[in-house]
Amino acid sequence: MQPDTTADALPRGNRLGHLIAQNIGLILAGAILLIAIVGFIVIYGIEQQRLPGNFELTSTVNSAVPLVFAAVGQCFVVLTKGIDLSVGGVVDLANAMAAVTMGKSLASALGWSVVILLVGAACGLVNGLLVALGRLQPIVVTLGTLSIYQGLAIRVLPEPGGMIPPAFTNFLVNPNAPYALIFIVVLALAWSAFRRSRAGVDLYAIGNDEAAARALGVNILRTKIIAYMLDGTLAAAAGLFLAASATAGDATTGNSYTLSSIVAVVLGGVSLFGGRGSAIGAIAGALITTLIVNILFFGHVNPLFQSFYEGVFLLIAVVVGGVIGGTIRRRPK
Amino acid sequence: MPAVPAVAAIAAQSVSKSFGGVKALVGASIAISPGSVHALVGENGAGKSTLIKILGGRITPDAGGVTIEGEPAHSGIAASRRYGIGTVFQELTLLPFMTVAENLLLGREPRGRFGLIDRAAMPEVAERELAALGITHIDPRALTADIALAERQIIEIARVILAKPRILLLDEPTSALVEREVAWLFGQIRALRDGGTAIVFTSHRWGEIAAVADRITIFRNGTDVGCFDTIGEDEAITLMTGRQLEALFPVRTPAPDNPPVLTLRGVAGEGIAPLDLALSPGEILGIGGLAGHGHRSLFFGLFGAPGFSQGEIKQNGRTLRIRSPRDAIRAGIALVPEDRKSEGLFLPLKIRDNLTLPILARLSQFGAIRRGAERALVDDTIAQLAIRTPSPAQPVGVLSGGNQQKVLLGRWLLTKARILLLYDVTRGVDVATKHEIYDLVAKLAREGYAILFYSSDAEELAHLCHRVLVMRRGAFVADLPGVGLTAEAIVSAAMRESAHAA
Repeated sequence: MQPDTTADALPRGNRLGHLIAQNIGLILAGAILLIAIVGFIVIYGIEQQRLPGNFELTSTVNSAVPLVFAAVGQCFVVLTKGIDLSVGGVVDLANAMAAVTMGKSLASALGWSVVILLVGAACGLVNGLLVALGRLQPIVVTLGTLSIYQGLAIRVLPEPGGMIPPAFTNFLVNPNAPYALIFIVVLALAWSAFRRSRAGVDLYAIGNDEAAARALGVNILRTKIIAYMLDGTLAAAAGLFLAASATAGDATTGNSYTLSSIVAVVLGGVSLFGGRGSAIGAIAGALITTLIVNILFFGHVNPLFQSFYEGVFLLIAVVVGGVIGGTIRRRPK
Repeated sequence: MPAVPAVAAIAAQSVSKSFGGVKALVGASIAISPGSVHALVGENGAGKSTLIKILGGRITPDAGGVTIEGEPAHSGIAASRRYGIGTVFQELTLLPFMTVAENLLLGREPRGRFGLIDRAAMPEVAERELAALGITHIDPRALTADIALAERQIIEIARVILAKPRILLLDEPTSALVEREVAWLFGQIRALRDGGTAIVFTSHRWGEIAAVADRITIFRNGTDVGCFDTIGEDEAITLMTGRQLEALFPVRTPAPDNPPVLTLRGVAGEGIAPLDLALSPGEILGIGGLAGHGHRSLFFGLFGAPGFSQGEIKQNGRTLRIRSPRDAIRAGIALVPEDRKSEGLFLPLKIRDNLTLPILARLSQFGAIRRGAERALVDDTIAQLAIRTPSPAQPVGVLSGGNQQKVLLGRWLLTKARILLLYDVTRGVDVATKHEIYDLVAKLAREGYAILFYSSDAEELAHLCHRVLVMRRGAFVADLPGVGLTAEAIVSAAMRESAHAA
């Protein structure tokens, strides 16, 4: 027995319209990135009387990679409606371990890299267990583990030093050409595969409405632990890139990554309320953040005022983005 | 009506369940045959939703158990999925910032290359599946947050039906649907029944129950009070409401003949149609009807939380604008909600502080509180309202629910509010304290307070109010005079499809 249809077929919302409205955060992040790139080229051109070349591109990419990885890590946790303040601690720990263990050969450096990534995953596991199993607030848990991981990092490398094999530096952040872009592309591809997996869908479901997700049979515990472990692993990767750039270790340089990864995620259109946004946006956000620092540098802004302008810029971006996003979503269909 | 096989598809035997001392179910039993539609009917709070959650494995009963085809069943979401149980909950479980297609296909997404989810194919798959169910007007590419409430309810139902459940539990699936959509749902229900699915559904609309149910079980106070193949509406309502102690209620005073202090003309808001209403000093005006038919919007609208979107409010002939609770309080309007924990009291603070908080300015001199005056006022109020407490310094949180209500009411009386909005104030309150609250309400009316009184308990409305307006789908559908009024008349006015004044 085929029942009556509930209504006649109505005209559908236009496909492109849906695409724009549902990805407005990502689109805005792309637009800001474009503006930042143009802004950088203009400022650089005025200052140096020439266009930025290979060297500038390479150094910009290399300085952006650690933040790109930290921001994507942060993005996993933010999508579950959580937040990870321990990112900086894990970056420090990875950085310190790299400087102490790697020695001189590329082989040993790569071997230790795997160990360090596993340590990062373990840090994430601790966060994930406390949050998901202990039902504690992510902000409190990761504030606590931030101090713990920082403490461990200082313990591993009490004073700046140690060494990173030059071959490892050339492999991760080659100073001659922007090869590091490859890592960013691989990260983006890995994300889009994750997005199309069971865990990826569950991650979004939890961020949308945890109670509903549970009622629908989503495994909350497993999914959250996966999110925090991926986050920890990527933060450790950020630490490795940072160590490779500096060619030595420092157990405190990673601290700033906690806040800048959150800034990058927000600029990338990922909602801190969970369930909305993507790691592609987080990557764009990390690139924007790096470019702003470069623009301020070439604009001869006093380094002491740098964070002042970063803050102003973040607020402008968030307010303007919110207004534009709100207008598009409210637009009559 | 198909023949009843010996073994029920799913059954509950004498299940009981309490939530924090409130008994939701007390030894309730039900058995549902395969290939039949079984309706659960009863007043709000009779335990229907709790029973559905127990059958669906979402909560574990304190006593008693569930059997599936005669075998004891395990509880839990995974187990219920294994048994082929599909549940449509009263609260929707759609994920707001995911598309209709993503919601519909959650957990069984189409896979493409490398075993990854084929996101691009999802809208087409969803569109096809919806079309097979006869749904062509909902865009699978839209976010669920952006589609209408009725459409969301249909998607929720479609998601469960598409899983081809052997046992289908529907908790008020029609609450947001219009007639045509209800007809669609019933078509789906009948098709599933003919395929052998056992179906349980709850509804407050008698016409729907009569149209689709093979068997009807009636619930009252957390237990089943009768199971019928056919039963008339009047008999069902008598069973649902039962009889209560007449002595519980104070003697009714005659309705006052004062000009109205508050008149509403054409006010409308979320879920309420334009309403007209006049409330006089000394009057207890009851608002009745089944939950979710606009009472809450009416009461909270009058208190400015949030205010009405249109219409006119007049107080003693003067136009009044109420856009926030501040406006309402200034006009002498007070709201006592059913959920005093989240909407009014500071549980860790003392009774005294809770009572005098809004009037501290009046009690202070040069910025310092006059403790003597405060104490006298607080002692007075505690005595007047018969708040049972050893001392005014007790934290409000340790009082019983009914006494907490009295504290909240006392606070408003101290602010010299003259219009009291009492919203289901006796919910979860024990019988003795209920009796005290009824006496208090009657006394306040005699003293000239104008009282708007909503209750989910029709018996209360019938015995306490001078007049009862029954709401259905946001409109007043009956205006019943209080003298000689029965709970049955109120419930029947609220449920009948073509309601008329008694």
